[in-house]
Amino acid sequence: MAQVSVSFTVNGREVTATVDPRTLLVHFLREELKLTGTHVGCDTSQCGACTVHLDGRPAKSCALLAVQLEGCAITTIEGVAGADGMHPMQSAFKEHHGLQCGFCTPGMVMMGIDIASRHDAPSEETIRSELEGNLCRCTGYHNIVRSIAAGAQSMRG
Amino acid sequence: MKPPRFRYLRAGSVDGAVQALADNPDARILAGGQSLIAMMNLRLVRPACLIDINRVPDLGYIREEGDGVAIGALARHNEVKHSELVRARCPLLTEAYESIAHHTVRNRGTLGGNLCHADPSSETPAVMIAVGATLVLQSVGGTRAVGAEDFFLGTYETAARQDEMLVEIRLPGRGADGWAFAEISNRHGDFAIAVIATTLSLENGRCAAARVVASGVGEHAARLVPAEQALVGGPVDETRLDAAAAAAAGAVDPHSDSHADAAYRRDAVAALTRRTVRRAAERCG
Repeated sequence: MAQVSVSFTVNGREVTATVDPRTLLVHFLREELKLTGTHVGCDTSQCGACTVHLDGRPAKSCALLAVQLEGCAITTIEGVAGADGMHPMQSAFKEHHGLQCGFCTPGMVMMGIDIASRHDAPSEETIRSELEGNLCRCTGYHNIVRSIAAGAQSMRG
Repeated sequence: MKPPRFRYLRAGSVDGAVQALADNPDARILAGGQSLIAMMNLRLVRPACLIDINRVPDLGYIREEGDGVAIGALARHNEVKHSELVRARCPLLTEAYESIAHHTVRNRGTLGGNLCHADPSSETPAVMIAVGATLVLQSVGGTRAVGAEDFFLGTYETAARQDEMLVEIRLPGRGADGWAFAEISNRHGDFAIAVIATTLSLENGRCAAARVVASGVGEHAARLVPAEQALVGGPVDETRLDAAAAAAAGAVDPHSDSHADAAYRRDAVAALTRRTVRRAAERCG
């Protein structure tokens, strides 16, 4: 099959590649760019472990083809920390023990940042509702919800 | 590699996309991809060619069209969900969106793609039939408009020919006075076990017209005509609600699966019919 050329940015860095059209974004990130923070859970846009930001909005990178991203800006979990250390949402997950095995955590953090950007002081109910597309198989939701609430507060400064 | 191999074509215009469909009889349109790519990952579908329409400019519009609303093929679910125009002119669709998928999927998935996918448990086909929407299909031969009631033919099967692309969804203005949507699913946002979308008009306290549309309980969304007939001509009182609920349950032939058996689905149809008809009548006037 014909390879297709595509250019986009990942965490602010220009990426140009020639890919098999069937390459999913999540596999491109993990296998070509070696950005293994974005996880593959279900491959069917249900579990949210592969959540990245596409032009600033959360998207499931298992349901996107890399070739579709011409000119787009992708942010992964590796791109959220600043020069001065962890992103406030990451710090909140650390502080509140918002992870157990850690598999869902990158997606949870990416979704948490988006929830905080769309809701001013999100309630527990709002956070739980917004986390519908992110599954934790340790079922450690309680601390994830606390972490996102705290992270949202830190992000407001 | 999860998905099977395919040729990838990036369309720059609707004309280019329908020309590509004509040139590649084994092609599928790729819009949001939230169902199609997942099914390709599972290798349940193997299109030999994908025509990506995400770069077609000006195809994500939501605009007034007479008394109604015209929605372009690339309008994302979240844009339709939060559209004030849609809320004002087709509140049944806004209400249904409370049950559709979750935020991340709605960011990317499109209403048009969802309709063309024609999942038998999907909410949007029921809404389209209940409000009497029209779907505009384009091919190199021209465009044609198909009523939603005639569009859904079976599981993952629609009236769109292989060489046709859904380019616009037209929602009529507020025809019916009352409306209501209700769904039962195992988890919020998950595949529906049963869906009922109802529109209803009252004149002098009597039901003048009704549409009761089911999804999730057959091969495709469809009107439950016996339930509608049980309502039209009289007041929406307990007797008529009982009759409509019983008629609705009798009008479906649901399947059993790991989520719910046929008897449960039939009971759900009766309960949701009662609930939506009552709420729709309350909303009249």
